[in-house]
Amino acid sequence: MTLSVRLTQRFGGFTLDAAFEAPMGVTALFGRSGSGKTTVINAVAGLLRPDAGHVALDGQVLFDSDRKVFMPVHRRRLGYVFQEGRLFPHLSVRQNLGYGRWFAPREEGAGFDHVVEMLGISALLHRRPGALSGGEKQRVAIGRALLARPKLLLMDEPLAALDEERKAEILPYLERLRDETEIPILYVSHSMVEVARLATTLVLIEGGRVVRAGPAAEVLSDPESVPALGVRTAGASLHATVAAQEEDGLTRLETSAGPLLIPRVEAAIGARLAIRIPAQDVILSRTRPDGLSALNILPAKVTAVRLGDGPGAIVQLKAGDDLILARITRRSALALELAPGVECFAILKTVAVAQTNVGGAG
Amino acid sequence: MLDGLPDGLTGALSPDEWRAVTLSLKVSFWATVLSLPFGIAVAYLLARREFWGKQALNGLVHLPLILPPVVTGYLLLLTFGRKGMIGGFLEQSFGLVFAFRWTGAALAAAVMAFPLMVRAIRLAIEAVDPKLEQAASTLGASRAWVFATVTLPLILPGVIAGAILAFAKAMGEFGATITFVSNIPGQTQTLPSAIYSFLQVPGGDAKAMQLVLIAIAIALTALFLSEWVGRTVARRIAGS
Repeated sequence: MTLSVRLTQRFGGFTLDAAFEAPMGVTALFGRSGSGKTTVINAVAGLLRPDAGHVALDGQVLFDSDRKVFMPVHRRRLGYVFQEGRLFPHLSVRQNLGYGRWFAPREEGAGFDHVVEMLGISALLHRRPGALSGGEKQRVAIGRALLARPKLLLMDEPLAALDEERKAEILPYLERLRDETEIPILYVSHSMVEVARLATTLVLIEGGRVVRAGPAAEVLSDPESVPALGVRTAGASLHATVAAQEEDGLTRLETSAGPLLIPRVEAAIGARLAIRIPAQDVILSRTRPDGLSALNILPAKVTAVRLGDGPGAIVQLKAGDDLILARITRRSALALELAPGVECFAILKTVAVAQTNVGGAG
Repeated sequence: MLDGLPDGLTGALSPDEWRAVTLSLKVSFWATVLSLPFGIAVAYLLARREFWGKQALNGLVHLPLILPPVVTGYLLLLTFGRKGMIGGFLEQSFGLVFAFRWTGAALAAAVMAFPLMVRAIRLAIEAVDPKLEQAASTLGASRAWVFATVTLPLILPGVIAGAILAFAKAMGEFGATITFVSNIPGQTQTLPSAIYSFLQVPGGDAKAMQLVLIAIAIALTALFLSEWVGRTVARRIAGS
């Protein structure tokens, strides 16, 4: 299943001109508000007819301006999870969940009981949407979209309207969705936390244009992506395995570059995690530092240096098998004589778990 | 509907007066029921669709509200009379005659009540979030299914309110009716026409007053009914 998208759409002074491919897994469309993400997803859904372009899902043409093809929304069989849930207020949760099934062909697909169990909504079935919390509504909306047996799931900032606690409640369900279903997901977001945790493919959109696209790990560890991601949100991920739970409340992880200590995570020994390293929280040193409070110091080799327009610089480093980014000043980069091939040490001020239960390939 | 009235009122009615009351109920009932599907369709078009001539349709629907009812009645006579373009066709094709029949009174009442009905339903449709309709279409529902399963249930209180408003308007319709189908006791003499007739003859005031009280009772019943039904349906839709 691959979605291929090529669109142009003009509104007033803004031109959207985007093209990308979304393979299996979660493809995140990441960009600031007003960058055109929602326009793209609505064009894929068929809620909007672009000026020109071509949209195809696994060879089936959904839209083609040259051939004058425009498949109506209800025939596209795409599940759409909106920011605000959009549950039908006059139907119970069970009826909401069943709505799309009326129109779906009778074929093998996600079963009702399985979806209800996966999303943890069995206790809500008899309720009305008005009596649900924001997080519950969103889980029901996800279930409703899944049960319509979609060929592709579209999610437009499904967590943006929720508080941090509710987000944390839903993210694991989205991970299960990614790992347990065979449906590709197009996920619009402006939250790096969600993207780092969910995305397998990343498409960066800026001012209506795709500036970078590719496997998420590759895009996130590329210094050239930093301007589009924003210097404060840029950062790459390390793959790690839980090695031990220490007595002082820390968890010891093993990475290909060396051990890491992080605040306790509830994960079994041997569990594979992805650890997010924000670029601005990495300090570089040419010599192994001594007498520092920082616990996590990894040996690394510089692979690329990108001097910014301002006083900053982005350094890409190879730590073991993974690539990470460090944001330092241009002055430091020059003083330390950082250049590809130089050995140094990365001091990680913060490390956060980005993904739990990472599959074999990560 | 009249069961609740004291015997003193209904018992004292002459057969002609009694017929005026039942005729009015019959005329208003059919005027409302038969115009309701058209009312919903026109309200939907005006609320949700863009098309050429939308303003013209809007104007046409509201015309009976601003024209003198006598003019509306006369226009109906010209088009739906036995020599009228549509009236002649309907008589030849289906044997359906409007002029000077109760059916004509129902048509006149429906036309006069139509703007009120459309207005109430249109407001209800405009209050439905189009995002819900979009969500339904992404789940595989065609436009007709979206309307039947999402829009219609959500506007039901508005539809009921519009229907009862139209019924009340139809009960009171006088000018267009008397112009189009005249005032024939037992055939086209509705409640308002009967009241008018009584007021034209010396000593008819008492009889007129009886009918006036009946008219008030029917109107109030309809009003309370619409309030109650509207609230019940709205509560059911919102879910408790």
